Amino acid sequence: MKFAYRNRSQVARRDLQFAVLTVVLLAAVVLKYPAFAAPDNLAGVLDDTAILVMLALGQMLVILVRGVDLSVAANLALCGMLAALFNREFPDAGVLPVLLLTIVAGGLLGAFNGILVWKLRLPPIVVTLGTLSIYRGVIYLLSRGSWVNENEMSPDFLAFTRAHFLGLSTLAWLALACAAVFIVALRRLPTARNLYAAGGNPEAAAYSGIDAGRMQFLAYVVCGAIAGLAGYLWVARFAVAYTDIALGFELQVIAACLIGGVAITGGTGSALGVLLGCLFLGIIRSSLPLVGISAFWQMFINGVVILAAVLLSARPQDRLRATLEAPR
Amino acid sequence: MPPLLTLSGLHKSFGGVRALAGVDLELHRGSITALLGENGAGKSTLVKILSGVHQPDAGAIHFDGVATRIPTPTDARDLGIGVVHQECLVFEHLTVAENLFVNAHPRRAGLVDWDTVQRRAQAVLDELGADFGARTSVASLSIAQKHVVQIARALVNDSRVLILDEPTASLSQRECAELFRIARKLRDAGCALLFITHRFEEIFELADRYAVFRDGVSVGAGALGTTGRDELIRLMVGRPVEQLFPKQAVQPGEILLRVENLGRAGEFEDISFTLRRGEILGIYGLVGAGRSELAQVLFGAERAHAGSIGGSLAGGVDIALVPEDRQSQGSILPFSIAANIALPNLATLAPRGWLRSRSERALAQHWIDALAIKAEGPAQAVQSLSGGNQQKVVLAKWLARKPAVLILDEPTKGIDVGAKAAVHQVMSEFAGAGHGVILISSELPEIIAMSDRVLVMRRGRLRGEFTRADATPSALLRAASDA
Repeated sequence: MKFAYRNRSQVARRDLQFAVLTVVLLAAVVLKYPAFAAPDNLAGVLDDTAILVMLALGQMLVILVRGVDLSVAANLALCGMLAALFNREFPDAGVLPVLLLTIVAGGLLGAFNGILVWKLRLPPIVVTLGTLSIYRGVIYLLSRGSWVNENEMSPDFLAFTRAHFLGLSTLAWLALACAAVFIVALRRLPTARNLYAAGGNPEAAAYSGIDAGRMQFLAYVVCGAIAGLAGYLWVARFAVAYTDIALGFELQVIAACLIGGVAITGGTGSALGVLLGCLFLGIIRSSLPLVGISAFWQMFINGVVILAAVLLSARPQDRLRATLEAPR
Repeated sequence: MPPLLTLSGLHKSFGGVRALAGVDLELHRGSITALLGENGAGKSTLVKILSGVHQPDAGAIHFDGVATRIPTPTDARDLGIGVVHQECLVFEHLTVAENLFVNAHPRRAGLVDWDTVQRRAQAVLDELGADFGARTSVASLSIAQKHVVQIARALVNDSRVLILDEPTASLSQRECAELFRIARKLRDAGCALLFITHRFEEIFELADRYAVFRDGVSVGAGALGTTGRDELIRLMVGRPVEQLFPKQAVQPGEILLRVENLGRAGEFEDISFTLRRGEILGIYGLVGAGRSELAQVLFGAERAHAGSIGGSLAGGVDIALVPEDRQSQGSILPFSIAANIALPNLATLAPRGWLRSRSERALAQHWIDALAIKAEGPAQAVQSLSGGNQQKVVLAKWLARKPAVLILDEPTKGIDVGAKAAVHQVMSEFAGAGHGVILISSELPEIIAMSDRVLVMRRGRLRGEFTRADATPSALLRAASDA
């Protein structure tokens, strides 16, 4: 049982170690390419990573309760298309209705996942693999396969994500705000603590009067709502909406969670760790072109980082459970 | 003063299997009641009803004189019923302090008030005299300490009824003493305690009242003062030894298996016995005595740390094991009957490495007929069979190998009477054909009816050997539970 625990202080220690590692990585890049440290460039890195941060925080909730949401990117794309179509129909409605629309729509898509997992007790990976395809299919039906381009979007729709305050974009501020809310909420919100309990030991949670299925449902709703909001942000940032935006992005989101120390077996993880995991990926992603390494190597390095992170942070019995060995 | 908690006429069935069929129980303030009963007597079901996890089909619960229901675990907590679960239901990832307040966090402005959590947790731990702090990670605690965490959880919820479900099963003597100290302290503070255990010495040390369940029915209760051990044993086992299938008389032959000083760290030690041809050797003991672990080592699923297993046959002994958990260890549920029976017999079925489904089906059909397995055919999935028929499939897959020694671990647990008789018949015939059988069972009537010789295990050691003539229920139970 020597390695068998990761309590809060240990999670904090891991976060600290990982923060140091992230700073070391940043320092190494800056040493070679001092321009990387320019405030504008760092703000750009944060801007590039912002959507990943938000999605990973939502995904983390789902993984905490022993689930996974493969449909986040499809949810994002569907809500992004909804936002674009809404904006095309009502160009003068402003940004607020778009924000509300995407959050509610995303939340409903998440709730659909959650209901299937909670009430029908279907395995999360199967449910969200199914809804991943369904949500992408719905985009095609809504848009009839066509694109919504920049010239069909209203100026304030596009300007929202690009506005800057104190040197950071709205996107970056939103991501930081999300992270701050998550850090406080996961520590201090009773429901969030029940999330940890349900993911850590569902049976003991049941005896404490916690419905683990309901906790999974809540996690999916929040994850979906964030994905919906991210849909608008994505479409506005890249100024285009079509069926295949953010295709496969869910894998990067899950990777960021794992690198950030969220245990795929549930019950362990911190919002700070997830934020760091995203920044770590973001720094690698934006520094590789400087070093002159191709996109292929970027995927390769991502993969190595994931395996290394999981190898270093997983508890030995988690690893055992993840393989096909019989429980003992 | 009337009892704090009164249960009367509780009934509970699970899919046609009766777990409780009229149970009464009284728990008094400032008193420790010992609950006794063989495995399957209905003790766990009672604990689950009191925890709010199961609902009784019939019967009444009175708390402090008021008729009440316990629809959810939250209601049990609000009522003041705390449970120390045998399987240690704690949250390993969380700290001790948080474990005490899961789903009942003290709040300030809707947020968890960690200062109060910390302070109240530490106060309760100090009151209990715990040797660990509130900030400790639960995963780093011993099982005994995790029990203390569960008791502390009951205390922060102001529990007035505390249920201790076999808390001592995996504790050392010193840890037991510590637990008893805390239990007495709570008793003196006016709590009503229910103490479930298999160990008689603990009952007389700790409890002042007793209640005995047998086959889901209350068969006795009262103050412990005048009641002796023999009386309790008589109440526990006092049923006629039913024997649906008479065992064949056999003359044991040559020695088939010789086990010497076998041991495995933390599970059992110094086990020596022999098994002869034609013999059924019973191994009796309470849950946790190390019987299943011994079976796993004999079969080769686990490694022995000491001693040797030898036999008369050159190149070792062919041993088969029908494990206790037929659903996870005995069979592959989604597979067909044919595929399950084929698994340990692939070498015979596919001599050239090519499995022919026709011979696989033929083998399965043979055993379906031989054991009267109720199934549509060899292609039916094992998971769709009844428990008794599943067990017959597990038996068939090993019988088809014709092993020299067959180990049966609780072979009739949870199966109906008809299937039980069939299993007994197969066992008897297999031994009669000159093989050896080791029968592990917690059911006294079964052990006594079927065995030529009985070994009794307690806490990882052999505590007695009985011939068929000497093996009376009270002698076996005494050997299995005495210190």
